[in-house]
Amino acid sequence: MIYREAGQFKTSYAADQAVFPIVQDRVVVAAFLVLAFVLPPAVASEYWLQAVLIPFLVYAMAAVGLNLLTGYAGQVSLGTGGFMAVGAYAAFKLTTAFPGLSIPVVFVLAGVMAAAVGIVFGLPSLRIKGFYLAVATLAAQFFLIWLFNKVAWFVNYASSGTITAPPRTVLGVMVTGPEASAAARYVVALALVVVFSVVAKNLVRGRVGRSWMAIRDRDIAAEIIGVRPLRTKLLAFAISSFYCGIAGSMLVFLFLGSAETQAFDINQSFLVLFMVIIGGLGSILGSFLGAAFIILMPIFLTNAPHWLGLDVSVALQKQVELMIFGGLILFFLIVEPHGLARLWQIAKEKLRRWPFPH
Amino acid sequence: MSPAAPSGLLEVDGISVRFGAVQALDQVSLSVRRGEIIAIIGPNGAGKTTLLNVISGFYHPAAGHIRFEGRDRTHLAPYDVAALGIARTFQNVALFKGMSVLDNIMTGRLLKMKGSFLLDALYWGPAKAQELEHRAFVERIIDFLEIQAIRKTPAGRLPYGLQKRVELARALAAEPTLLLLDEPMAGMNVEEKEDMCRFILDVNGEFGTTIALIEHDMSVVMDISDHVAALDYGRKIADGTPAEVRNDQAVIDAYLGVSHV
Amino acid sequence: MDLLYGVFVGPFRDMVTAPTFLAEVLIGGVAAGLMYSLVALGFVLIFKASGVFNFAQGVMVLFAALTLVGLMERGVPMVVALALTIGVMVALAFAIERVVLRPLVNQEHIILFMATIGLNFFLEGLGEMVWGANVKKLDIGIPDESFTVAGILINKLEMTAAATAAVLVGVLAVFFQRTKIGRALRAVADDHEAALSLGIPLRTIWVVVWSVAGIVAIVAGIMWGAKSGVQFSLSLIALKALPVLILGGFTSVPGAIVGGLIIGTGEKIGEVYWGPLVGGAIENWFAYVVALAFLLVRPQGLFGEKIIERV
Repeated sequence: MIYREAGQFKTSYAADQAVFPIVQDRVVVAAFLVLAFVLPPAVASEYWLQAVLIPFLVYAMAAVGLNLLTGYAGQVSLGTGGFMAVGAYAAFKLTTAFPGLSIPVVFVLAGVMAAAVGIVFGLPSLRIKGFYLAVATLAAQFFLIWLFNKVAWFVNYASSGTITAPPRTVLGVMVTGPEASAAARYVVALALVVVFSVVAKNLVRGRVGRSWMAIRDRDIAAEIIGVRPLRTKLLAFAISSFYCGIAGSMLVFLFLGSAETQAFDINQSFLVLFMVIIGGLGSILGSFLGAAFIILMPIFLTNAPHWLGLDVSVALQKQVELMIFGGLILFFLIVEPHGLARLWQIAKEKLRRWPFPH
Repeated sequence: MSPAAPSGLLEVDGISVRFGAVQALDQVSLSVRRGEIIAIIGPNGAGKTTLLNVISGFYHPAAGHIRFEGRDRTHLAPYDVAALGIARTFQNVALFKGMSVLDNIMTGRLLKMKGSFLLDALYWGPAKAQELEHRAFVERIIDFLEIQAIRKTPAGRLPYGLQKRVELARALAAEPTLLLLDEPMAGMNVEEKEDMCRFILDVNGEFGTTIALIEHDMSVVMDISDHVAALDYGRKIADGTPAEVRNDQAVIDAYLGVSHV
Repeated sequence: MDLLYGVFVGPFRDMVTAPTFLAEVLIGGVAAGLMYSLVALGFVLIFKASGVFNFAQGVMVLFAALTLVGLMERGVPMVVALALTIGVMVALAFAIERVVLRPLVNQEHIILFMATIGLNFFLEGLGEMVWGANVKKLDIGIPDESFTVAGILINKLEMTAAATAAVLVGVLAVFFQRTKIGRALRAVADDHEAALSLGIPLRTIWVVVWSVAGIVAIVAGIMWGAKSGVQFSLSLIALKALPVLILGGFTSVPGAIVGGLIIGTGEKIGEVYWGPLVGGAIENWFAYVVALAFLLVRPQGLFGEKIIERV
């Protein structure tokens, strides 16, 4: 209804396999990306950038990472917080040990270290599945947090036990540290997210994504086709942890400025899992929708009562938030396990046919 | 019983498999010639699927050997068996329910895909070209099995008969030398069975693929197979041409029965 | 050299030279372990009977304790409050069956597991909203004092909890193994649809089981609440119960006890004798690492059923 797709025939497999097969979609997405880079730094308030857009990007990165592991490869993980911590602390140590290193490089290296840790904790996945694997990832989560708490080397022996992002510049613009403007941090975060989302999308639509989904759906049949389970699962753990590691570095360097291990505790793992479930397991778009939803919900809950003229305590708000999250998880798992992403698809289908029912 | 030919494509030699107290296979020997269609028949529980599972590498036999193309392959893992050129379908369709038909069949091409991870990540150059090349091949199989209309449908939503056809497509995508089919026509009506028979004969005739299938429908077995082996309680009780096995007393007693018209 | 001594010799020497202290640590460990078992029991029940791993069990413990304390704080006498709490837990079981279990019949276990995570957070929010988030004192008439036996300090409350756990386990073990209903429950856990086709009243069974699990949750809530006050962190005990289940086996009632004992004593001994070497707080991860080791070597636990996959 919004635009006509009829008359656009795909004359090659390449055209059929494209991410955005329809011309109008490509135009819209391209325009959206341009706007995303230009508009917020120009017009958005400090509050919006700092409280909404930047955390959205950070968590979208983490959600994509977890979705690759849990949604595409079917390996449930409750250790997201731990892997984010690895990335954050690795980035911190790298910036203090190599002050000349450029921030994007630091982030990528931190991601690589997180990937290495991910592989180690992914090793049990060959022998155990389902929620047994979830328990193993819990072990990773608790152990990693304990490690970063106990071993003072990680915080450079600071008595406060926190790590702080040192000031760094990219192309002459201050992007981390207390001097960095929210707009600058936003642009860096956006660039990272765009690049790595493209990579993720390419991975999942090709050979790697298919072998992950095969393992997820029917791992015994996957072996028959020639998929090597251990290699495939470890690759999933590695890449997922890489993304979570970068997200963790982004959390500290581009969002919070400084953090303690509490920022990476089990609640973070659950939060990201919620994003993935609500947004849609096995969908890159879903990771973004879920992250947006979870970031915006508390803000909505804080402000909605004011709009309605009610006075609501902070504690009650938190409780209602918990209930809504929990309730939504149940709702989506029962009604639409593919989450918001699938609802979005259905909406588009309906719009395509509107006003006809089918 | 005709003696096993000494240099078949697949030699099963004295295979025994135990599950706890149950002797699932007892010294089963079989020889499959290159290019033939062999049917494995027998009552339920005779060990037919177990035999296929041993050949596929899921179970490792307690005794015996398996030789494929002349080399001993008894203790390989399933993914290594796949690399040899052996593909199979399952009794309870084992499609990847979350993926579309096209993606399911593309997974069958996995072993043929060389991977450069970095190029995959960029979906550029050689990675993209390879993907499209395999897509073209898979499309030929889709044409062959007449499933063009459902290529983007998630496999979980298809009716049973079509699922079985998609599973066959996935097995064919691997360009196998030996194709193992576990009850490919179970639950199908007459038309669907005729279609499936036609496909199986075409695969054998056009591509020269050796086919071993487990089948209960005796008319199908008589029609399409060159060679039949019968199992009962884990033991081979007959082995020969369809006509020979059909008239074998042991097979009649165990499985076929006699018509009292 | 110092490190080797510290790990392999020192702790054992400490144990031998102060045996009464060791006994106290052990007893403390056993008591803690039995408390874990109480929570794990609830998991086992539900898993045994419906194949669902109820992540929300911990929150049910909290919820039960909150309800009980909340009622008592409002002046309701303890026995009546207890009866009402049982009623609430049964009602909760009905609600869970209707809202969560029925729509998800025959889904994969992992979906049900994630649903219980959702349930966990929902009940947490609800419980806090209704009863308030501050720590509450639960007084059940048994004083939190210790007495000495042969020079070893024993805590009355812990002993009561231990005894209760032991009794509960005995009763439940008999129930599952010997009775007709127990058999039906095991069938249900194995395959919902098959059980339905046999005429087993699935819904009734689920309500029964979740109610019993709710009662177990009440007992666990009372014991934990009396010991450390009723507060939010009670729900985190659920996470600790996971390693207990892995050690004991998800489907074994005696396994929950044995697993609890091993984890409880292991944690305490590890913390007291080896903790100082690494700066303490071993308790945070010890149980999970042990569970992980078990998962790699013997995934079905000490007493659980082996998981067989058919092709």
